[in-house]
Amino acid sequence: MDVSVIVVVVVLTALIFDFTNGFHDTANAMATSIATGALRPRTAVAIAGVLNLIGAFLSVQVAKTISGGLVDESLINPVVIFAGLVGAILWNLLTWLLGLPSSSSHALFGGLIGATWVAGGSAAIHFSTVLNKVILPAVLSPVVAALIATAVTYLAIRVTTRADARTVARGFKLAQTVSASMVALAHGTNDAQKTMGVITLTLITAGLVVPGSAPPFWVVASAGLSIALGTYMGGWRIIRTLGSRIADIHPTQGFTAETTSTAVILTSTHLGLPLSTTQVCTGSIFGAAAGRRLAAVNWGVAGGIALAWTVTLPSAAVVGAAASWLASTGTAGVVVVAVGGAALAAGIYAASRHNAVTADNVTDVPPQPAVGTAV
Amino acid sequence: MHIDWSTLLDVTVVSAAAALTVVLLVSYAFVGLSPGSARRTGDPERATPAATRAGIATAVLCLLATALIVGYGVYLIVG
Repeated sequence: MDVSVIVVVVVLTALIFDFTNGFHDTANAMATSIATGALRPRTAVAIAGVLNLIGAFLSVQVAKTISGGLVDESLINPVVIFAGLVGAILWNLLTWLLGLPSSSSHALFGGLIGATWVAGGSAAIHFSTVLNKVILPAVLSPVVAALIATAVTYLAIRVTTRADARTVARGFKLAQTVSASMVALAHGTNDAQKTMGVITLTLITAGLVVPGSAPPFWVVASAGLSIALGTYMGGWRIIRTLGSRIADIHPTQGFTAETTSTAVILTSTHLGLPLSTTQVCTGSIFGAAAGRRLAAVNWGVAGGIALAWTVTLPSAAVVGAAASWLASTGTAGVVVVAVGGAALAAGIYAASRHNAVTADNVTDVPPQPAVGTAV
Repeated sequence: MHIDWSTLLDVTVVSAAAALTVVLLVSYAFVGLSPGSARRTGDPERATPAATRAGIATAVLCLLATALIVGYGVYLIVG
């Protein structure tokens, strides 16, 4: 297949991934604000979309890490990146269908690692970078976020105990609109860059950009627009999980969770650490819920989410590896991967229509039996 | 295999400090905005004008400090 054709295919596939990343991660910024009523669902996703777009233009540190660190650029080609992206998109769609806030970043890294392993062997993967920039942050970031959120939520509740309850509730609701907006901005600075990094890596492997370059402006703009549009679509299933199924979130907790998430994401972005914003935000929400009352947390939901986190990277790697193997057989293989991937995506979308979650019913949670009540 | 513990530690410490500072400042701002005597007696009807003015001044200072911290965070990213 002509190099310029496959580069165009990879860029389009990367932008589709970015779109799925957007609607998969809308919940990170807006789930608690929607749950507490601080923002109306449609208003929340519109604000998140605009701020993700702005955030995409603010930094390129993470993009540089991805385009120049995880895999050996000299041993892969655009077809390998295409296969990795297919693995990441399919995993994102599957977890969205299940309402699980899994990491889009780990789906992307897993897909790329699996596809690269098949194409260039284990030597093409920089395991030290994978450990430092992916595995360790994946394990530590949700724990760190949860611990910080637990502590600050406890302190916020203690400090405001003697204050006027109505002033505090109104104030934190108002503050939530700011903190949620900051998470959306932070998300744009971190996640939009991952797609920028992948497109830049493609341009490097095709010889169109010098290794070590920052993403060209058109890459930044298209990635920003794509993630903003995806965010505006709203991943309502995951918003319901994070906003309503973990615990009964109050404005104080929404604010502390969002503030913790913003602090962790912006700090890591500044230091070029491409951590999962989903894991940070989920950890913060669990921490904020536990900071008010440990028993109020729905630990069953936590178990499901932890399982999804554990299998995300290897699952996306397996799909990426299979797609890479198929695509390496030639043009026909690439077409089979593209058509097969599109068919699976369409099937997942059709399945989601059977039990649609929208802006109108996102805060409706099926009633659960109270503790001690006979069923 | 080298593990970059210092960067991970930096992220943890800076994040914790920033989140703690912002949350405490905003919390104290709402305490300040509460009717003066409510903070001590739980009875907003007994607020005095002086206590109300002091509370508003505290709230304004806390919110200004918060805005500065958030602004500095964004400045670091843009820079």
